[in-house]
Amino acid sequence: MADHILAIDVNGDRHRVLVTDQRTLLEVLREDLGLTGTKHGCDVGECGACTVLVDDKPVLSCLVIARQVDGSSVQTVEGLAHDGKPDLLQEAFAELGAAQCGYCTPGMLISARSLLDDNPDPTTEEVQAGLAGNLCRCTGYIKIFDAVRLAAARDRGL
Amino acid sequence: MTQSFSVVGKPLPRVDSMDQTMGKTQYVDDMTLPDMLVGRHLLSIHAHARILRIDTSRAESLPGVRGVITGSDLPITYGILPISQDEHALAVDRVRYVGEPVAAVAAVDAATAEEALGLIDVEYEPLDEVVTLEQAFADDRPILHGDGLGQNVHRSAALEFGDVEEGFARADYIREDVFFFGGNTHAALETHAALASYSQTGKLTLWSSTQVPHYVHRTLEKVLELPAGRIRVVAPAIGGGFGGKTDPFSHELTAAKLSMVTGKPVKINLSREEVFYAHRGRHPVLMWIKTGFENDGTITSMRFKTFLDGGAYGSYGVASLYYTGALQPTTYRIPNYRFEGVRVFTNKPPCGPKRGHGTPQPRFGLECQLDKAADHLGIDPATIRRRNAVEPFSTTVNHLRITSCALVECIDKVVEESGFAGKHRQLPSGRGVGLAVGAYMSGAGLPIYFNDMPQSEVQVKVDRGGGVTVFSMATDIGQGSTTMLATVIAESLGLEPADMIMVTADTDLTPVDLGSYSSRVTFMAGNAAVVAGRKIRSRVVQAVADELETEPGSIVAEHGRVGVAGDPDRSVSWADGVRLAIAATGPLVESGGYTAPKLAGSFRGAGVGISPAYSYSACVVEVDCDAATGIVKVERVWLAHDIGRALNPLLTEGQVEGGVYMGLGEALYEEHAFRGSLHRGPSLLDYKIPTALDMPPVETFLIESDDPEGPFGAKEVGQGPLLPVIPAVANAIHDALGVRIDEVPITPPKIVAALREVSRGRPGRVGPVTIPDYEFTRLTRVEVPEGFVTP
Amino acid sequence: MTIRLPAFDYLTPETLEDAAQLLADPERSVVVVGGGTDVVPKMKRRQITPEVLVSLSRIESLHGIRIDESGACTIGASTTLAEIHDSTVVPEVFAAAAGDVASPQIRNSATVGGNLCLDTRCNYIDMSDSWRQASGYCLKDGGDTCWVAPRSNKCWAISSSDLATVAVALGGSVRLTSVRGERLIPIEALYNNDGMSYLTCAADEILVELVLPRGNGRATYRKLRRRGSIDFPLLGVAISARFDDAGMCVFARIVLGGIASAPLRAIEAEEFIVGRQLTDEVLEEAARLATQPARPQDNTDTGSRYRKWMVSVFVERALGDVAGDRA
Ligand SMILES: Cc1cc2nc3c(=O)[nH]c(=O)nc-3n(C[C@H](O)[C@H](O)[C@H](O)COP(=O)(O)OP(=O)(O)OC[C@H]3O[C@@H](n4cnc5c(N)ncnc54)[C@H](O)[C@@H]3O)c2cc1C
Ligand code: FES
Ligand code: FES
Repeated sequence: MADHILAIDVNGDRHRVLVTDQRTLLEVLREDLGLTGTKHGCDVGECGACTVLVDDKPVLSCLVIARQVDGSSVQTVEGLAHDGKPDLLQEAFAELGAAQCGYCTPGMLISARSLLDDNPDPTTEEVQAGLAGNLCRCTGYIKIFDAVRLAAARDRGL
Repeated sequence: MTQSFSVVGKPLPRVDSMDQTMGKTQYVDDMTLPDMLVGRHLLSIHAHARILRIDTSRAESLPGVRGVITGSDLPITYGILPISQDEHALAVDRVRYVGEPVAAVAAVDAATAEEALGLIDVEYEPLDEVVTLEQAFADDRPILHGDGLGQNVHRSAALEFGDVEEGFARADYIREDVFFFGGNTHAALETHAALASYSQTGKLTLWSSTQVPHYVHRTLEKVLELPAGRIRVVAPAIGGGFGGKTDPFSHELTAAKLSMVTGKPVKINLSREEVFYAHRGRHPVLMWIKTGFENDGTITSMRFKTFLDGGAYGSYGVASLYYTGALQPTTYRIPNYRFEGVRVFTNKPPCGPKRGHGTPQPRFGLECQLDKAADHLGIDPATIRRRNAVEPFSTTVNHLRITSCALVECIDKVVEESGFAGKHRQLPSGRGVGLAVGAYMSGAGLPIYFNDMPQSEVQVKVDRGGGVTVFSMATDIGQGSTTMLATVIAESLGLEPADMIMVTADTDLTPVDLGSYSSRVTFMAGNAAVVAGRKIRSRVVQAVADELETEPGSIVAEHGRVGVAGDPDRSVSWADGVRLAIAATGPLVESGGYTAPKLAGSFRGAGVGISPAYSYSACVVEVDCDAATGIVKVERVWLAHDIGRALNPLLTEGQVEGGVYMGLGEALYEEHAFRGSLHRGPSLLDYKIPTALDMPPVETFLIESDDPEGPFGAKEVGQGPLLPVIPAVANAIHDALGVRIDEVPITPPKIVAALREVSRGRPGRVGPVTIPDYEFTRLTRVEVPEGFVTP
Repeated sequence: MTIRLPAFDYLTPETLEDAAQLLADPERSVVVVGGGTDVVPKMKRRQITPEVLVSLSRIESLHGIRIDESGACTIGASTTLAEIHDSTVVPEVFAAAAGDVASPQIRNSATVGGNLCLDTRCNYIDMSDSWRQASGYCLKDGGDTCWVAPRSNKCWAISSSDLATVAVALGGSVRLTSVRGERLIPIEALYNNDGMSYLTCAADEILVELVLPRGNGRATYRKLRRRGSIDFPLLGVAISARFDDAGMCVFARIVLGGIASAPLRAIEAEEFIVGRQLTDEVLEEAARLATQPARPQDNTDTGSRYRKWMVSVFVERALGDVAGDRA
């Protein structure tokens, strides 16, 4: 049960991290890299709080064995901003009250980012489907749907 | 009344919203301290057993283990209510539910802590389990709290207001119904965590995801036998609470004790499964309701019996018990009312307060029964509710003072907006609409432990540069209390909420607020903030008036300036005004407090249900049901809420939507289910909280009744809107399919079972039919209050 | 974060041969892992604690979808469910079913190999070690009682893969590889109606690819779940059928998932509809016949009675889907 050096790109920065085989990506991000923006609500794939992008696809970092993504690029909520400027989604979430306790928010934002990258003009139903793996216990999702669509509209220059 | 506000009533974002969306908000498990250890609990694998022996020696000698403690290290009992001091941080001599913490370890890392748990040897002697109500009332089962065999009644209550028999004698129509409300739980997305650090100077700091830092502070003082002044409790950002973080919990005490034992910081983060065991969620309640009506639907009398399965410990149970009887008369004029309730102990995780604390269960029964009665009497659901609706500025038969009340306006609003009249009994089979109402307290009238001190204190300090720092122990669990406080202070001072520097939920730094429960924060901390804000404002206004040689009455503070109204040339900047005030009268630090008016009657149980104001809600739900599968799709929800005043419509709307969401979850999906004493599925896969695909559109209507005592007229919104949702769903399903599911949650199997009964020519109903044969003794008869008008 | 993985060796072979070699390790307990969305939670709950995990993710040849001359669709074991869902060349019903599995994030990691080999599930075993100690370890867990049916000597854990049900209905085959060589078997023959040894293949065999024949009929899949997402099937009904020009059914496969330890063929119902027009009466009778082999137990959400009732509802509706306007 040896240690390995994991080479990953996180939010544009190259990292080399010494990991044991049983380390998950979630643990690497939060504990080795101190990127605590990514949350956890179950540790076993049932809540979506730990969602991050691996090679541009949203996955549950609590289910990802870190070594499985050796050489990949990872994006977390901390990496959503561009040159210090918040992503449109981050602004829209803040503006419309899409975060109450804020605990689901990082995972939601990641899923929403991926959704908009694939579909710049989603209907509410498409937003629901895109966020179907992220549980939120506070908002009833409604302001989240609105925020995603607002960000999409702004992104399209509306 | 027309009052103009500068920031109150504006849909402004939370003051911390950008931190939240940038991933910068820190929750307890995001925190680390140098040399920090990881703590874990060993859980009981028995529902009821004597602990014969615990041997921790093997665990202690595992390399990397720094501390192991058991019940004998924390022998002092505690509990949230002074009358229910029945919990130990770690089980002493006996375990009472599967998942109860038995020992705790602190180790250098998670893997070592886990390995250590496996090395703790516990020898148990299993005892007979008490799982059901019947078993709890039996004489031949072991008493959970005490020795020997006997009934496991925790507490019972029996109160009569007026004369119910006389009321029934007057009735044209009397009906009796039995309902069951299954237990459910908060399932806040953040699992509980506590980080404790005990310093060499003998000072303990605990960061905890708690809704009640003040009560945790008191509990640590008691159990750890440390002076309160040497304990600091901080609640950083909290990832949701809903009542699930409102008790003092084992891990808060064990993390603290382990830090004291090891001399190092210790963090304990409960697993999702452990949160299901720590629970304190909705009590399962069996209820029997007998109500008398006149032919026009007017209620003449009501008897309400409730049976609460409390789980293994007291928690808030005594209060929960009384709450199952207290708020029925806040929506309907019930001239004669008898409430009898009993809470039992069983070998399951303890139940406690969840959003709506003790009131969603009876509200469900009451609102369903009202629809059944309306059906029988040929009255429509809206009319029967309007006919019985309480009036503003009245007193209920059980001595609750009602102030502002827009119940009828709420009913009218949702009925109109949803087109209820044109839909009820008129939609095609499978589709239906349901109506229900509810009311909730804007803060419990009394503190949890008896005292005459203010229930909330707020302090405001203004810097010479004009910066305003607000100190309050009010704890933001996502409901937006920090933003509410910033809004209230900013309104008073003519500034923007985002400019306020907020210091909250820290027992070292902030004056006491009792905590985020019973929807008390906006009303109580809000009022305290109004007082503090006014004091600051009047000092600045006075100083500026003196400077401008005019009367303070002609001075206004708005948009960051203080000066003569309508004359920009005769004004100074806020910061200059502040400097003038400090120069004139010294440090600009003021505080405000709020104590609820004394409202409690003099009978036993009178302290539960009183509140300085009640919020009101009405809800219409439209459903589309698949009769073959029993799957219910909620098409749309209309909810009107009498909030007094929406200090921030964006945040209050969010509370309504969240309450509707949680209500729909309780109505259709969620159940804290057990197989015997074993939890059926302590996970977010088995415990079904609705996903984004399960949420219907919600139309929210905020009705402003301008409460005379609320801060700027405001009342609560965090809990009330959940209440009518559950019975509205049940009533809508009845409208759609003609079946009555008198049991929550209303799952597809129950609907299909009811429809199969119908196809066999039997009544289409699923639900309990009998209640235990338990005799309520010591009935207290209470005179109707002075000024109570019978309809 | 409280729940951690136990220790293991993680091996990432780059060729199938190496992987097969590693799996054949006689000394250590070895488990093959695709996306890990089933293996990781199980290990976190200590249901399985293999000494070695052999990951297939670095084996290039296992990725991708191709169509051969016969029109058959071959899907490499490491193809993710999201890729399948987005594909325009896999049979539509299969792509749609892939989109019904779990949640969007899981579908980005989950592989078709893992889905087809998904361990059977039961709410007496998909629990933490501490819960299982409290309950008592069951048959599948090294104990001597099946808590679902205590008098049974068989384990009743449920086959819960959506795609297995569909693949059986479509008459798919799977290619398996081990150090002993390669074989292609009908996917139906991969499953065993036993919660413990639910796969007929050897533990060291790797599912290399799924082959779905070119469809020349109609097919459908209906999934029963409580929530719109995340949940496993409480019942899955997959049907493929062909009709002649007169609207007569000439071929039918009706497969039930989520109610037994393997995808279950409703053979009597299949035989009944072949040679018939799918009238309402025929649908109803077929649905009744399909219910007969179903013996759901009380080991997932909603209990056994309801799921048994739902078999006929779902079969009738699914038959309605394939009957279309021909009935
Ligand atoms: C919250 C949640 C919800 C879920 N919902 C669903 C659902 O609705 N429907 C559903 O079908 N599944 C569901 N799953 C289960 C699982 O995510 C999927 O079945 C997934 O497709 C499994 O694929 P994987 O690659 O991640 O499998 P892995 O975890 O990698 O493996 C699963 C099993 O297959 C074996 N295996 C993997 N690849 C191969 C191979 N090539 N050859 C031989 N054996 C192999 C592994 O040893 C293991 O036993 C859910 C899981 C979670 C956590
Ligand atoms: S932590 Fe819940 S899905 Fe990963
Ligand atoms: S905002 Fe609290 S969980 Fe979503």
